[in-house]
Amino acid sequence: MSENLIEVRNLKKYFRVSDGQLHAVDDVSFAIGKGETLGLVGESGCGKSTIGRVILRLIPHTSGEVLYDGENILEYSNEKMREMRRSMQMIFQDPYSSLNPRKTIGQIIAEPLLINGLVSRKEVTDVVLDLMAKGGIRKKLFNSYPHELDGGRRQRVGIIRALALNPKFIVCDEPVSSLDVSIQAQILNLLQDLQENMGLTYLFISHDLSVVRHISNRIVVMYLGKIMEVCDSRELFRNPLHPYTKALLSAVPIAKYNYNRERILLKGDVPSPVNPKPGCRFAQRCWMAKECCFEKEPELKDVGGGHCVACHLVNREG
Amino acid sequence: MEEKVTAENLYEKCVYTEEFVDDEIVKRNSVRRLWYNFRKRKIAVLGLCIVAVFILIAIFADQLAPFDPYEQNLSLANLSPAQAAERGTGNLLGTDENGRDLMSRLMYGARISMWIGLFTAAIGFLIGAPLGVIAGFFGKKLEMVIMRIMDVFMAFPQILLAILLTSIFGQDLKNAIIAVGICTIPNFARTSRGETLSIRSSEYVEAARALGARSGRIIFSHVMINVVSPLIVMTTLNFGNAIITTAGMGFLGVGAQPPTPEWGAMLSNGRQFLLVAPHICTITGLVIMVLVLGLNLFGDGLRDVLDPRLKD
Repeated sequence: MSENLIEVRNLKKYFRVSDGQLHAVDDVSFAIGKGETLGLVGESGCGKSTIGRVILRLIPHTSGEVLYDGENILEYSNEKMREMRRSMQMIFQDPYSSLNPRKTIGQIIAEPLLINGLVSRKEVTDVVLDLMAKGGIRKKLFNSYPHELDGGRRQRVGIIRALALNPKFIVCDEPVSSLDVSIQAQILNLLQDLQENMGLTYLFISHDLSVVRHISNRIVVMYLGKIMEVCDSRELFRNPLHPYTKALLSAVPIAKYNYNRERILLKGDVPSPVNPKPGCRFAQRCWMAKECCFEKEPELKDVGGGHCVACHLVNREG
Repeated sequence: MEEKVTAENLYEKCVYTEEFVDDEIVKRNSVRRLWYNFRKRKIAVLGLCIVAVFILIAIFADQLAPFDPYEQNLSLANLSPAQAAERGTGNLLGTDENGRDLMSRLMYGARISMWIGLFTAAIGFLIGAPLGVIAGFFGKKLEMVIMRIMDVFMAFPQILLAILLTSIFGQDLKNAIIAVGICTIPNFARTSRGETLSIRSSEYVEAARALGARSGRIIFSHVMINVVSPLIVMTTLNFGNAIITTAGMGFLGVGAQPPTPEWGAMLSNGRQFLLVAPHICTITGLVIMVLVLGLNLFGDGLRDVLDPRLKD
């Protein structure tokens, strides 16, 4: 990974709620290299999807920067951002709600082309058919409606729509979590093939560790709007350092008979992200927490080889 | 010889290969598909037939009406159908309080009343729906302003508002129609706003934004298309309502004036003779009811058929 295509710096997104500020994304920084797949994992409500949406400016940010090829796109004017959108796209989680039920597959795929005026109305059918072939959707389905397709095909349509503009960067917001396992594999392979052929860069958001492990080069582990650990994907599974990551990995089921391993069971619930307390976000549920964890927020520090951890205990030892 | 399927090559045999045989764009004739689906709904077809009959009667009232709807004959006043048949006057549905043929008046009335329904619905739809969509889509202050104005309109009783408007613009059936049309705007605006709110937050609108679509495009190609179907049902419901409201206005002297064979006016005139000649109100009321029923059945069917998620 030579150059960074996307760099997120100190990104914050707070939502105003009735009893204060909801810290959905709190001071998050990471970078994605060209052609890389960065996995973003964390449990529900930890701000994964919010990050993806803020990067694409689908929701406004609170503070921070998102650099695309060195330029802060959060400062772009709306018109300039519209141009920019051609090179950054999104694949949505739910292929049932991300396609307009009243439009045919052909119309849905043609939309990005027409919006950006890339193709004339005459050529559009040919281009769409070409794209459909690339994404593995039959011509037959050109005039079908989304509800007539199964989940996997719908998700393919969503992917084709995102790729129609020939983008460089794609945010995949849990693209396979609503599909069953065999279809998941198909879609993941399609994504990987496309990445190879088109030189795409992915931000792959998921809560499914096995999926992330399969597709990512590096993984960011989030908890309550904060990054806990950033690390090469193999290294993360071999040597997780942050207590939260350890707990998370110990929850991955392993299909082996009579295999009893020590599971780390976390106590309590995820605390509310509204007006969080100072100190480490994970401290309340951490079985290793010391006094300092409740007082000072740990910084994300490199412990060697690009393995970054935000934990007082690890950083002290390392 | 054909290769045997063994445990070893089972997997190979079962590998799923998507064959792209006879893979051509399937052309769909959407009109034919609509009609095919519509025809299966017997009740909706019944509705369509009723509406069609009314439209035909309205168009060919000149040819179909057995009598002149304005010709009075006081010696034959207030004849019920049975009495008329007894005396052999030829008034199939009896006569009204001035001895005019009720059937002919109903036929001519179909013209006027159907225009009323059509125009009021058109005014409500064409002004109310865009207002509601804009309010729902852009939200914030614009929504506040539009919806509060609609609330003010709704707070007034419809008739009162219509009377107010006709007294400003002049008493005349045309103005009454416009006034009733304006009264229906808030209904359309509210319904379309509600629909828009749910569509605005949907993922496909977000996806369109991510693709670089401007608000105008999203409204036209994503919101409108989804808002229209609940409004179709509203339109048909409104049709009957508009006839009744206009009738009420005629009764109060601000709508259609007496000799005009407008259904509402006929209904309110007949009311005075309810005890002597109950058939005037009954028959007129039944005619209105049948038309409204037909429209509702038709509208319901239309909404169902227009939804592409419908199973063929």
